[in-house]
Amino acid sequence: MYPRALLTLSLATVAAIVAGFALVFFYAPLDADQGFIQKIFYLHVPLGIVSLVGFVVAGLHAIRHLRSGDPIHDARSYVSIHISVIFGLAVLATGSIWARASWGKWWVWDEPTLVSFLIVFLLYATYYPLRYAVEDRDRQARYASVFAIMAGAFVPLNFIAVRLAETLLHPRVFATAEGGMPGSMWLTFAISLLGIALLWLTLVRFELAAKSASAQLSRLRRALEGSPRAAPAGAESRSSAAIGAR
Amino acid sequence: MRAFTAILAKDLRVELRTLQSVPGMVLFAVTTFVLFRFGLDRTSLEGSLAAGVLLATVLFAAILAVNRLFVAERDQGGLDAIRLAPVDPTAMFAAKVTALAVYLVVLEAITVPIFAVFFLDEWTALAPLALVLLLADLGLAATGALVSSLATGSRARDLIGPLLLLPLLVPVMIAAAGAADPLLAAGGPEYDRVATWLAVLGLYDVMFLLVGYGVFEFVLED
Repeated sequence: MYPRALLTLSLATVAAIVAGFALVFFYAPLDADQGFIQKIFYLHVPLGIVSLVGFVVAGLHAIRHLRSGDPIHDARSYVSIHISVIFGLAVLATGSIWARASWGKWWVWDEPTLVSFLIVFLLYATYYPLRYAVEDRDRQARYASVFAIMAGAFVPLNFIAVRLAETLLHPRVFATAEGGMPGSMWLTFAISLLGIALLWLTLVRFELAAKSASAQLSRLRRALEGSPRAAPAGAESRSSAAIGAR
Repeated sequence: MRAFTAILAKDLRVELRTLQSVPGMVLFAVTTFVLFRFGLDRTSLEGSLAAGVLLATVLFAAILAVNRLFVAERDQGGLDAIRLAPVDPTAMFAAKVTALAVYLVVLEAITVPIFAVFFLDEWTALAPLALVLLLADLGLAATGALVSSLATGSRARDLIGPLLLLPLLVPVMIAAAGAADPLLAAGGPEYDRVATWLAVLGLYDVMFLLVGYGVFEFVLED
């Protein structure tokens, strides 16, 4: 069941990303002001949106985990955060490249979007030290979920605070950039966003499948070695709680 | 409610008898002011610089209390007692938030006048500043109590606490500094956008009190 669904999903992802890049390079018009470098917009902005949505999704999985106690929801929350943090790194890297090319600086402190994203990224970077500082499996999963809920609530609040702070001094110059975007750019952007969102979903599914496979493998190995204390069938659902153990 | 008052009274009594947290925080804050006085080499501060010095000092002093908030419970088995007792575990969250907020208010009651003596030419801002600090304290206390309970259950609690707390408190710092900045302006307090910032602080407080109320029992569960 896993391979078939994953195969379809992977193919759809590849198709969407190839279509997105084709549109970016051959269909979308060159930006009159910024030229070729503006095309990084179709990679940078979808990555940012998807990683932030991924953080909130992780918070929702965490709520389900605390309500049901089922470790599978903790695994989903963990993997969502994991992939979103990786996407977040890509957002910071592509953003810096764009800023260097367009504004002449690698990083600009008075642009609110940059600063608020950095704070969110730093907060989620502390997820790993917290998670691996708790030894007991059940408690580790619960603490990680509590963190994911707190941080999920934090994401929108942080954006409100940082944005307000900056409008105090600066008008939002770049807000008008999207309002004036022609239809061909919007279409390209939408396809790129779809491609990146599918990529996120595929990576999450692959990592979940890998974790479940390795848990199953170690269970089988234990059974094969014939240790008298080999895990009985009832322990199966437990083993997915071992995800955090690595 | 009885559990809440019992835990709160216990915490405050322990603090009064051992003087573990508040005197240390006060000393830390005063030392930091002295450092700023020499580091910045200015006879008076105003506006955003004054707000930054005051709030950064309060934030770092608060971390000292947050690190200690659940230490007695963990070392002496208070957490097990709460789990066994037939009371709502969120009473403990409420009591800890209140205790932390009380520590912070006491801290500020002592150190803000010292701050004013060190750095301010104009004292009229102190009354409206108290409201800003009160709202900031509530947010600090709600987030601090929740983070402290998480950190206490982990292996590296002294590390995990501040690590989680600092990014979570960035909105409180931004909003409180935004409100304090015009209040501490050079020619007496101004009220430009103060209400907006107070609203952001209030939103933060409500949100994290609700989050803490919703999830605290899962931290306590074992």
